[in-house]
Amino acid sequence: MRAVVRIAAWLYAIAVYGFIFLPVVVLVLFSLQATSFPIPPFTGPSPRWYQAVLSDARLTSALVNSLLVAVLSSLASVTLGFLSAWGFARFVLPGSALLRGLITLPLTVSYLVIGMGLLVLFNWAGMPKSLLAAGIGHVVINLPLCFAIIYSQMGDHQINIERAARDLGAAEWKVLLMITVPVMAPAIFAGFFLSMTFSWDEFVISFLLTRFETTLPVEIWNLLRSGLNPKTNAVGSLVFAVSIVLVVFFELTLLRRKPA
Amino acid sequence: MSVSGGNSRALPWALVTPALAWTLLFFVLPFIAMGLSSLTAHEGGRFTLANYSQFFTDASYWRAMVNSLEVTTIVTVISILLAYPFAWILAEMVPERWQRLALMLAVLPFWTSYVVRSYSWLLVLAQNGVINRALTGIGLTAEPLQLANTRLATVTGFVHFFVMLLTLTIFANLKQLSPSYRKAAADLGAGPVRTFLHVVLPLTLPGIMVGAFLTFVLCIGDYITPQILGGNNELVMPQLVMMQIGRRGDFPLASALSIILMAVVTIAYLACARWLKIERA
Repeated sequence: MRAVVRIAAWLYAIAVYGFIFLPVVVLVLFSLQATSFPIPPFTGPSPRWYQAVLSDARLTSALVNSLLVAVLSSLASVTLGFLSAWGFARFVLPGSALLRGLITLPLTVSYLVIGMGLLVLFNWAGMPKSLLAAGIGHVVINLPLCFAIIYSQMGDHQINIERAARDLGAAEWKVLLMITVPVMAPAIFAGFFLSMTFSWDEFVISFLLTRFETTLPVEIWNLLRSGLNPKTNAVGSLVFAVSIVLVVFFELTLLRRKPA
Repeated sequence: MSVSGGNSRALPWALVTPALAWTLLFFVLPFIAMGLSSLTAHEGGRFTLANYSQFFTDASYWRAMVNSLEVTTIVTVISILLAYPFAWILAEMVPERWQRLALMLAVLPFWTSYVVRSYSWLLVLAQNGVINRALTGIGLTAEPLQLANTRLATVTGFVHFFVMLLTLTIFANLKQLSPSYRKAAADLGAGPVRTFLHVVLPLTLPGIMVGAFLTFVLCIGDYITPQILGGNNELVMPQLVMMQIGRRGDFPLASALSIILMAVVTIAYLACARWLKIERA
């Protein structure tokens, strides 16, 4: 009886792994196909569609745009998030709980609604659709995340280190740069990394707020209009590879930091 | 210290003001703009409640909300039922030193682009896709089945995403559980089934509810999966919103529909929050 339950459990786990990996395996497998349709039967590996992606100026410029928006909006999010987290954690401010609630409020609203709101506002203000507009939207969704992560990691022992530095005569800006930032580095890094991945993958806000110059997810969306297309498979596999590299990098750096 | 008293009081505000200003300017203000826009007519811009009354009187709009709620409920229930045993196996049966790797593998496709993930399911479910080729290949069906552009496809794509998300949260929940609870239950004579039903399950329920709420919010607000996999046969709310903008440039109606969608999520949150509080008391 016990053995039967165990075997059933393992079979179940394998089935769920199969379900989770099925679409990814199909995506990557048929990206390597030379024919014009990414469908069975598989006819052997070929780099044809990867070459097609890399020589497609629209896709490569969208890739650069995506990276640019992700890095800059994440930098802005983590800077604003860190400064406000530091302010709220170290000083007693009137209405602190309410103001902290305000900063984290965008976490509870769907991207579609945030994008809609900015679209209506920018439309009224006469601001044209652009990568900058999309970047502003990405800071709106990532700032609360960075704030929440960094604020939750600001503990008492860090206050004591800062106090020691202040007692030894360090100016406020010196405490910030030489004590707080290095001590909080793991949380700052986690906030930055998560913002990067969310911005890199974000679709609906970029879709609503950009027009000619756009980000990679929107450009991939445009490719989808042509139906099943091995080029989409290839660019999708490349995006997946980038994400995996980021995640593995994140895992390794976090693992290395943990004992410290 | 050379810094004057006035300066040291100004410092904390200097730190928090940029983030607060950003939130007010690009989150609260757009929301107000959207609210005002939803109360104006598409043509002429007069004050009107027509955008809201349209939702309550037009059956096709109602239908979209019902579809949204149905799909979201089905997805949430199936995802929890699939993810819980899976997370349990990872937490209880996989040897400790392999758990991190097993979990990382289980959520690896979580990190692919959202648009690409939905497209991948299209490859699997299409008329000439992997499943249909396999079914006709072994002779189970003569004609390929209509799998893409159906509710089934939307649900499959969603479940795929949320099984990974819920496995993460439920796994974390199970690992936080102190083993002494289970030991105590065993000492008092409870078998594994009773221990699970009366000890483990109730203790992980708040975590499940948090995961369920997260699933609900993300699922009901998502445009990509229903648009790519469900197609236009059966619209859900986000598709209806995007349609007003894309086809007709009707910002006021799109704003009103977004606000209605947000109101539903808020109601779900209030219901969930109350339920959670009762559980914890």
